[in-house]
Order: sequence, then C-alpha cells, then structure tokens
Amino acid sequence: MADTAKAKGGGTAKSTGGRRRSRKDSTTSATGGTTSGVADEKPDVLLDYYRRMVLVRRFEERTGQAYTQARIGGYCHLNLGEEATVVGLMDSLKERDYLYTNYRDHGYAIHKGMSPRRVMAELYGRSDGVAKGWGGSMHMYDTETRMLGGYGIVGGQLPLATGAALAVTYRGGDEVVMCQMGDGTTNIGAWHESLNLASLWNLPIVYAIVNNFTGMGTSVERSSAEPDLYKRGSAFRIEGVRVDGRDVLAVRDAAVDLVEKARSEKRPYILECTSYRLKGHSVVDPAKYRTEDQVAEARANDPVAAFEEQLEKAGVLTEEKKKEIADAVKEEVADAADFAENSPSPDVSTLFDYTYATPVANESRRMPADPVFAE
Amino acid sequence: MSVITYRQALRDTLRAEMLRDDNVLLLGEEIGLFEGSYKITEGLLNEFGEQRVRDTPISEEGFVGAAVGTAMLGLRPVVELMTINFSLIAVDQIINHAAKVYGMFGGQTSVPMVIRTPGGGGQQLGATHSQNIELFYAFVPGLKVIAPSSPADAAAMLRAAIRDDDPVMLLENLGLYNSKGEVPDGDETVAEIGRAAVTREGSDITLIGYSRMAAMSLRVAEELAEQDVSVEVVDLRSLRPLDRQTVVDSVRKTGCAVIAEDDWLTYGIGAEIAASIQEGAFDYLDAPVRRVAMAEVPLPYAKPLENAALPSAESITTAVKETLSAVGKRVG
Ligand SMILES: Cc1ncc(C[n+]2csc(CCOP(=O)(O)OP(=O)(O)O)c2C)c(N)n1
Ligand SMILES: [Mg+2]
Repeated sequence: MADTAKAKGGGTAKSTGGRRRSRKDSTTSATGGTTSGVADEKPDVLLDYYRRMVLVRRFEERTGQAYTQARIGGYCHLNLGEEATVVGLMDSLKERDYLYTNYRDHGYAIHKGMSPRRVMAELYGRSDGVAKGWGGSMHMYDTETRMLGGYGIVGGQLPLATGAALAVTYRGGDEVVMCQMGDGTTNIGAWHESLNLASLWNLPIVYAIVNNFTGMGTSVERSSAEPDLYKRGSAFRIEGVRVDGRDVLAVRDAAVDLVEKARSEKRPYILECTSYRLKGHSVVDPAKYRTEDQVAEARANDPVAAFEEQLEKAGVLTEEKKKEIADAVKEEVADAADFAENSPSPDVSTLFDYTYATPVANESRRMPADPVFAE
Repeated sequence: MSVITYRQALRDTLRAEMLRDDNVLLLGEEIGLFEGSYKITEGLLNEFGEQRVRDTPISEEGFVGAAVGTAMLGLRPVVELMTINFSLIAVDQIINHAAKVYGMFGGQTSVPMVIRTPGGGGQQLGATHSQNIELFYAFVPGLKVIAPSSPADAAAMLRAAIRDDDPVMLLENLGLYNSKGEVPDGDETVAEIGRAAVTREGSDITLIGYSRMAAMSLRVAEELAEQDVSVEVVDLRSLRPLDRQTVVDSVRKTGCAVIAEDDWLTYGIGAEIAASIQEGAFDYLDAPVRRVAMAEVPLPYAKPLENAALPSAESITTAVKETLSAVGKRVG
C-alpha cells in the first residue's frame, strides 16, 4: 500500500488553510492508516473510476440544462464537485448492500446501479422513471439495486437506514447499510437518535457524511459546535474517519474498510468525506453568499480535473483514451435525455394507484371538483 | 398607496416591528447570510446584526423550542420555518409546549411568539414538500393560526401577530409571495386576529377560501361576474379562532356555498366550515355545501398528475356552476 505522505490531497489540489489536515483522519488512529495511490492501482480500475466521475459530471450538467429549459421541475440538487465521493462510496458497496441518501442523489442512483436513462426519466417526471415520475429529483428509489431512496426532508433517511440495518441483523443477513447525508444534517435530532440506536443495537451501518462545508448558505463552522464531523460519534462510542472526498481512491479505501468492518463486527461507523459544492445549493441558487475566494477555492478543488491531471501525469490517461471516454459519456448522457424526452408522462388515471398497498373500503378517489356524494 | 408584493409587505413589516421593539428577534434557517429561502428577511442581518437575526442550524425542534423559551422570558421571537412541511419536526415543541405553557401553568406566563411558514403546492416539490397541514395547528386550542391572502393583510396580520401575547402561526404561501396588491403608505393597521372578511360582495353564492384559495376565489368571482353571476367571497383570514358568524351571515344571504381549500378534503378546514354552515344557516341553504380540495393522495411530482390533484380556478368554477344549477340559477 502507498505511503500516506505521497498522495496528499488527491494530487493537484491546493492547500485549503487548515480545513484538511491530511488525506485521512480518524477518531482512533492519528495517522489514519494507509490509503492507495494511483501507482498501486490497475489502470483499468483507474480509468473506470475516471469514466464514472465524468459520467456524474456530464449527467449533472445536462440535468442543470434541462432544468433551465423547464423540462425538470421542483427542487433539483446536483452532485457537481462531489464526483469522487460518489464514485468512491458506491464502489465500496456490494450489490446486496443497501443505500439511503439525501436529495442530492442522482450520482448515487446511477452508481448504485440504476440506468442513467431511468434516472433522467424520473427527473423529467415520466412513466419510465425509477419512481414512475412520482418522486422527481429528490426521490430516486429502486428496490432492485437496493437504493432505498433519496429523501427531501433533512435527516429523514437516518432513522430509516438505521431501521434497515436492524432488519438486516434481524434476518441474520450480512448486508451493510450505507446512509449518506450532508454536513448540515448532523445537526438534526434524528442524527443523534439514530447514532445512539445504531450503537446500542450493534447495527451494521456506515453513516457517510458528505461534507461540502455548507448547508444551503450556512458553513459548517456556523452550524456545528464540533466542526470535525467525524468526531461526532464519540458520544455514542462510534468510530469516525475523515477522508479527502476529492480523492476517489482515499474515499474508496476508507469506505471499503468501514463497510467491511461494519459487516463483520456488526457495528456502526461514521465516514466523513470532505469536498466542495461547485455550484449553488440547488440549480436555482445563484450562491451570492459565497465570497470570490470561496468560489475560486471550490474551482481549484474540482475533483474531476484533479483526477484527470493525476492520471495524465501517471501516463494512465492518454489524449486518445480521454477523448474516447468523453465521447462515450456524452453519448450515454444524450441517450438518457432522449429516452426521458420520449417517455410518456404518467396518465392521470393512475393518480390513485399508490395511496395504499392493501385495497381498502371507502378510499377517497375524488378529484378536486367532484362532489363528495355523486348522483 | 403603493403597490407591493406579499413578500415585500412581510419584509417591511418585520423590519418596522424590529425597529419598534428591541424584544423582537428573528430565528430560522438561512434567514441571515442567505437572506431567507424566499428572501423575506433580505437585508435584515445587515441592518440588525446577528444577535437579532439569528441563523440556526438545521434543528427545527431545537430552535422552535428555544424560541418558546425566549418568549417565556418576555422576548418576542419570530421564527421562520422554511416551509410548513418542516414544522413537523418541531410539532412537539409547538403543540405540546408553545400551546400549553400559558394554560397548563394557570395563566402565569404567556408565550408571545410568531412562527412564519409558507405552505402551498403546485411547484412540483413532491409528496413531502407540498403539504398543506395548517389544519394540524388550527386544531389546537392555545395556538392562533392566521393566513393572509393579500399584501395588505400580510402586513396587518404579521403586525398583529408580533404584538400578540400568544403563539401565533402565520401561514404564508409559496404561490403568493410574488402577488401584488395595494398597501396604504405608512400603514399601521393591526389586524384583528379571529376575523374573516368579505372581500367581494355578491348575492348568488358564497365562495369561501383562505390564503392562496382566497386569492383564487376572488379571481373566479371576477370571471363569473362577466357571466352575470354574483359571487360573494369570504376570506377566512384566521383559521383559529374561526369567524363562523361572517361565513354564516353570507350564506344566509346567498343561500348556497362552495369552499375552496388547498388541503385534503377529509377532516380538512372545509369540513369545519361546512359543519358551521349547516348549524348556522340550515334553513337558508338551497343546495348542499360543496368543497373543492386536493385529491387525497401523497402529491406526485409529475406535472400532469400534480395539476390534476390540486384545486384550480377551473375546479372551483365547476363547483360554483353546479351548485348554482342545483338551486335553479342559470349560468352563462
Ligand atoms: C427538516 C428540513 N429542514 C430544512 C430543509 C431545507 N433544506 C434542504 S437542504 C438543506 C441543507 C442541507 O445541507 P447539507 O446537509 O449540508 O446537505 P447538502 O445540501 O450540502 O448536500 C436545507 C436546510 C429540509 N429539506 N428539511
Ligand atoms: Mg452540505
């Protein structure tokens, strides 16, 4: 394995003034153990990570565009700047593992296994969407790939994921649950309650905090009394680790380590991945509250550009290969958008199809203008 | 007279009340640096500083409860909850605490606080972000729940809420923030909480709504006037206390009523209004009272489904016309 000093901050990233002490911090070991560098990794694997990161980038750019063209409505939050975290986290999960996320969920949905076509169709609110157009951007869900939802209520996913881990132990399974959330979410009551339950009940779950240092317009320092978020499990005897979320290998290594510990020990863990939001909180947020320095800092910490440069320097990514990947991804995203565009809207006759799973007498199926007692 | 938006009316009033009374402070997510998710608190952090415009972490239960605590010591907190959906996380502090402290301790300490929060569907926000659950709060004695539908009312009712000694929930509406209306310059009107208003007089039928539905009812009435239908519009304005008399007086005059509400029908606000009408105007009714409300489903994201599920000017018009034809009045 690599020496930790070598690959500080994912290669090209600028120092960020004390926010990041090292590639990895942990509440149990000061050095944070070892993480792989580019040199230790098979080129195929590296190129695949790169392709997946580029896919998230292009997919989200296309999503932003479609939103501006009013093809997508509602609230829409993008993974721009978090590509390395998304890919690293998702690569640590086995197909049988479960995933819960917040509303910033497109990249996770795709890399947990949903097709970009069906994710885009959901964004368009079409019947071929993963939730048949009922959920939209914030609510990707697919039982088959075991992504059990993006959730729009901050912290809503935490007790659910905790309960899923309880079900795993109840059934005697060896799956792990990963519960993704943002930094701001660690201030909601459900966070503290979930950690306590998970530790008390010895549940196999990894709480993955995507720390982009902001919840909407509020910085971590302005919202969290303990801004080192990975330490916030201490009160519940939950070990926490922080990694540089711009570094796909560091994220993957830390995530694999904790996911496998959670699996074998049946214990909860916390993994904090630090990264930057490249744009506003949602597509419609111009992010005027950010200083020029902060915008420049985010741009300088673009994980896709950094990884690209790293792979080029290492001779893994040639100009040819880069173009090949760019073209393939472009094609895949265009195909997803075409698919979404051509998928039909759900029919109004389906409006009452999903209120109850068990049919029930006297269920209301009344449209707004209908009288309660029809003649 | 100036014509301003509902948003501007709220902002100007918040600012004026903060200038007037040092005990007024604001708490909420993103109200300071971000200037409010819907920009109601624009510029206020700059003007009043962090002590009085306090950005909170995402901790609804914590900061709503903390606001109750500050009110128990005599401050007048105005809390912003980003949308009414997120109030569900604070529901224990609102219902079990804010609403109870005055009565449960024998009237020793009142809780002079305001919770401002927008409801409203129609923005494709999906099932958890489009609920109209004001009923939960309107159900609870000890709380006052008001719902302005115009900029002038937004100002006068917010002023009243801040000066009131009880916990007041002021229901705003995503669909109204950009709506415009006249507000008298230098207006100092303090609305009387608990009063409805007849916002348009008419003789054929009474159309009752609140918040966005009151504004929509006015538009429907204007359109129907062109077809020689005279619609009287009652804006409830206050959901608790409820001004039954104004509603009943109108129905006694017109003989029939339609209620437009943004929430779900069963057990909704309209159910209480309809019950009150039959108790107070039974002998005057020429037709059953009709309710136009949201379809009873978790609201879907897809636009065609959302549109179909929500009450609209068309569905209200349909219910009005059908009611009129039931009493033998021809329309159009
Ligand atoms: C209970 C609740 N309160 C407030 C909101 C509004 N809201 C949506 S996202 C968000 C910020 C969350 O920040 P963070 O957890 O850091 O996630 P990020 O958006 O940065 O990924 C807020 C306040 C909400 N959806 N739910
Ligand atoms: Mg964040």
